[in-house]
Amino acid sequence: MVSALNSYEWNTPIERKKVLELHAGDRVSMTGIIYSMRDQAIRRILREKTFEKAIPKLEDAAIYNCGPLARKKNGNWELISAGPTTSSRMNALMPELIREHHISAIIGKGGMSQEVLDAMKGKAVYLSAVGGSGAVSAQQLKVNDVQWMELGMPEALWTLEAKLFGPLIVSMDAHGNSLYENVQRNVEERLKTLQL
Amino acid sequence: MDRKRIAEAVERMLQKAVNELPPDSVEALREAEKKEKNPVAKEQLKTILKNIGLAKGKKVPMCQDTGTLTFYVKGKEGLKEAREGIEEGVRKATETVPLRPNSVHPITRKTEGNQPIINFEYADSECMEISVIPKGAGCENMSSLVMLSPSDGTKGIVASVLKVIAEKGRNACPPLVVGIGMGGTSEEAMQLAKKTLLVPLNEKNPDALAESLEKELLKKINELEIGTMGLGGSTTAIAVKIALRPTHTASLPVAINLQCWANRKATVRICGERVELL
Repeated sequence: MVSALNSYEWNTPIERKKVLELHAGDRVSMTGIIYSMRDQAIRRILREKTFEKAIPKLEDAAIYNCGPLARKKNGNWELISAGPTTSSRMNALMPELIREHHISAIIGKGGMSQEVLDAMKGKAVYLSAVGGSGAVSAQQLKVNDVQWMELGMPEALWTLEAKLFGPLIVSMDAHGNSLYENVQRNVEERLKTLQL
Repeated sequence: MDRKRIAEAVERMLQKAVNELPPDSVEALREAEKKEKNPVAKEQLKTILKNIGLAKGKKVPMCQDTGTLTFYVKGKEGLKEAREGIEEGVRKATETVPLRPNSVHPITRKTEGNQPIINFEYADSECMEISVIPKGAGCENMSSLVMLSPSDGTKGIVASVLKVIAEKGRNACPPLVVGIGMGGTSEEAMQLAKKTLLVPLNEKNPDALAESLEKELLKKINELEIGTMGLGGSTTAIAVKIALRPTHTASLPVAINLQCWANRKATVRICGERVELL
């Protein structure tokens, strides 16, 4: 299924046809604007659909499931720690975000559901960052802007500028392959034997 | 006990807890990285170790989720000062460390800063000891309680723990530390499962049966091959810590607290004017 693994350096926004070049197991380092988004910001986008001021162009965008830790210093936001959050919390929201708003990359941790994998087919990739590695990630990211701060620091919509953010692991590709699913199948087989 | 002294100690201990991983965990993760054969897992373990070093060196939180702050206070007097001192220390640390404001109203989801959980325990000592576990939600969300039947026995315990980890482990940021509270009542088992995360990873369990169960579970959890961050490999957990309590003759509560690789904790001892960060 997967041939030689490739490493890519990509700039955002990411065109759909480029997404198709990636295969599960590849690595990507990302440069350009990415939007931090988790439960509340995504719900707001899906509900209100009036986010143009916050996100000029969501089509082909890379979103990051992350609730950053930042501090305001002399009027500017300094990013302190910014690793990924658990993406599966947003399982129910993501298919609509992909279908309606055509995002092309989701960065997070832990992977997402079969429904999300189906919605990603031909359209988007899921990239894994290393959970808990907030200090390393913060070195590769800068705050450009923040909106919807009334949702609280973790849930606000942060516009981040990435410089070679990664290497991120292509763990769910746009061809229906998921590294998590492969691992999980093996785990379930092993569980049966180990529970005996 | 002096409220201000407690507040200062709490601020310092929080800074240490979120910026510096205790050496027992660092050592276990280093060992895991050395032994790991899966290239994806090895690469991620290297990133984790780099992150630990960077956070300590730059004095910044290793993870953006600086957690829910659960405190354990041991002493014989000064409960009022301890509560006020902890609340003040948390407020200050939220600004100075800084900590991410993580507490929200459960229904409105409006932010409420950082609201600590404080547990008190009597100890016949002139000193007060305060411990904290700042625990992220990614792993806390995966923690579980199983109310087994006594006849399920050890086999049932092992099967339940493995099932929880097989289903939820990958989202708890493995390599995990697995805290298990066994016995008591439903709520006591849950509290034990978290509190046992304070025990040093290399400390031998005082109960021989629990000790052998810890070893069996650690081996089997790693044989699940969930691996670092759930992407496969031989390192799913670096330790299992079991705490026991007497339970009802008709009960067998088993609480499983999954802790992420960032097994953050700190303890401070206050004896009069002397403040010692352990």
